[in-house]
Amino acid sequence: MSAQVVELLQRQIESLQGGPTRLTVPVHPVLEGLVQLRTGGSYAVDSASLALALAAGASRAGEWVGFAGWRDFGAEAAAQWGIDLRRTVLVPEPGELWLEVTAALVDVLKVVVLKPTTLVDPKSASIIDARLRARSSTLVVWGEWPQVEARLSAERVAWRGADRGRGRLDRRELRVAVTRSGRRSARDLVVP
Amino acid sequence: MRVLVAWCPDWSVTAGLFELAETGETGETATTALGRRPTSDQPAAVLSNNVVEVCNAAARADGVRRGQRRRDAQARCPELVLLPANPERDARYFEPVLATVEELRPGVAPIRPGLLAVPAPGRYFGGESHAAALVAQHLVDAGVWDCRLGVADDLFTAEQAARQAEVQDSVVVPPGTSATFLQSLPVRVLADATDGGEEGRALADLLRRLGLRTLGDFARLSAAEVSNRFGSFGLSVWQRVHGGAPTALGSRTPPPELACEIGFEPPLESAEAVCFSVRTTAERFVQGLAARQLVAVAVRIEAEADGVVTSARTWLHPRCFTSRDLVDRVHWQLQAGMPSSGLRSRQDAGSVRAPIERVRFLPETVEAAADHADGLWGGGADEQVTRGVARIQAMIGFDAVRTPVLQGGRSVADRQASVPWGERSVGLRPLDRPWPGRIPGPAPARVFSVPLAADVVDESGRTVAVTERGMVTGEPWRFRIDPVDAGADVAVRRWTPVASWAGPWPVDEAWWLADGGAGRSARFQVVGVDGRAWLLVWRATGWEVEAGYD
Repeated sequence: MSAQVVELLQRQIESLQGGPTRLTVPVHPVLEGLVQLRTGGSYAVDSASLALALAAGASRAGEWVGFAGWRDFGAEAAAQWGIDLRRTVLVPEPGELWLEVTAALVDVLKVVVLKPTTLVDPKSASIIDARLRARSSTLVVWGEWPQVEARLSAERVAWRGADRGRGRLDRRELRVAVTRSGRRSARDLVVP
Repeated sequence: MRVLVAWCPDWSVTAGLFELAETGETGETATTALGRRPTSDQPAAVLSNNVVEVCNAAARADGVRRGQRRRDAQARCPELVLLPANPERDARYFEPVLATVEELRPGVAPIRPGLLAVPAPGRYFGGESHAAALVAQHLVDAGVWDCRLGVADDLFTAEQAARQAEVQDSVVVPPGTSATFLQSLPVRVLADATDGGEEGRALADLLRRLGLRTLGDFARLSAAEVSNRFGSFGLSVWQRVHGGAPTALGSRTPPPELACEIGFEPPLESAEAVCFSVRTTAERFVQGLAARQLVAVAVRIEAEADGVVTSARTWLHPRCFTSRDLVDRVHWQLQAGMPSSGLRSRQDAGSVRAPIERVRFLPETVEAAADHADGLWGGGADEQVTRGVARIQAMIGFDAVRTPVLQGGRSVADRQASVPWGERSVGLRPLDRPWPGRIPGPAPARVFSVPLAADVVDESGRTVAVTERGMVTGEPWRFRIDPVDAGADVAVRRWTPVASWAGPWPVDEAWWLADGGAGRSARFQVVGVDGRAWLLVWRATGWEVEAGYD
């Protein structure tokens, strides 16, 4: 009981901190209950599939999503996650202008997935964070980011289906751990 | 009414050679065609379904015939230039010919690509043969070497007269003598006549077998007999042969001029200045289309410097061009210089290589405006995204922002493509085919545009290979991946033991191409002990990582 009360209170505090502009962004059913994206927040992931899954929720709900810095974007995998490619903007190589490009994407898209090629300094990150709050957008970073709302990591990944020349990769069992301001929750998932 | 017919024999071949000379298409045919004016001395044939559809005189001289198989035709004439059948191309290249004649005499009626009719300009050019000579001269100036003209009382006779004429010459059938002229012709002309087609060929064949050698023999039959034996088509031919065919030319109205251009005096040196100045022209262009209930979905923008076109490019739009879109396209085109140059630094932005003195907008594809109208509830969000992305394109270059699309293929890299934002995807392989040999199951999240080098060895340390029968020479035991470009997260050339693997999916594709990536290959799904799965491909040249299941 006490845990529920604490969570409720924390949610209230969060909504008070964020103010009314902090809207929730739909997430993929697989991640439902594990993590809730909110506009104005940035989220870090350590796996491409998790980044796609986070973007998929918004795309399935009819929003535009963007990917910056993904030179090895798997379009078919994105489509299988439910991302509508017609509402997808891909900037494979923003180069040295990645900050400006990300800011411009944040201006118009609901969810922007960024794969930084260099180490991001806190100043640049704060520029983007301010833009996120102003434009009610969400940033998903595949890699490192100075300050994030939540960090998702895939642990204990195990692929099923392949066996010494037989079968094929079929599904993956993994534990997704969410670290949110020091607290950590985890759940075992089976994703295709 | 007197009719003048201009006939360009084997127009499909001529148009195909024009296109070949213009684009310099790939293949060994281009080397023979490039750098030479497409003339009739080069044997060429248009094929459809591997059967010769049209061939030119030079090919005919070598024994190539209509209806021949491709291999037979090539056997008779090894240097034959083979052209694909493309009726659209024939019509496209005939359009300037129509315009050329239209300049001399309005009321041109296109009959089919290669054949046009126009009311003969009686005395204006000093008689009909003079007029025909003038038309021929203009056509030759326009690059059409083989044109023949005929003037007669009606269309059918005029066409036959044109077919009797020599190259660049004309045959004039004096008024009232159509019947005499026609009755001297052999019946096989019916097989070539425009409106006859299959029916005309059958009739010509039948008349020949009945012993009627000339149209005159045919004309001597009575109308009732012809109607009984040869039906309505035969009767219409009989009437024509008697010179009594009515002529109704479906004259066309010259198409309106929709292209717009603007000249700059003095020439402008920066892209920004050009963009500022073309704004009104772009608006005029869009309004000119809108006045005809049209919108442009493909526009060609040409920029001239020092009197020559220095930059020309066709832009496609997923919806339709507004004046603002056009100005953007001008900006990108002038700024980028080379459309394929990916990134630019900001310093060299805005300088064009030579002062621009003229910019021209040419509508390539127009569609009805009603198809592109906004819905009642508008597409507000999409509009905003379009503008925002245009800003990024202005920053880092037009083709640095892309839209991913799916297409058919076997390897994962083949199965996806990306088109520059704002372009339509063209030339994609269809998705709904079975594509045997592709990897089933969940798709990898990371697809490397350039495969990474890798090594896969079996237990005894030998590199694993795949035999021609699709068997592996050893079980994959451990593998390592060249870290170049894979990001810091790939273990740096460290051997990873294989936890499980699946495959091989052998593929033998594109072995007829000389370049890499062709030939025998086999794909494996390999899971390392660290839990990460990779899509590896074995080729005769070595192992590669195509994608990662991250």
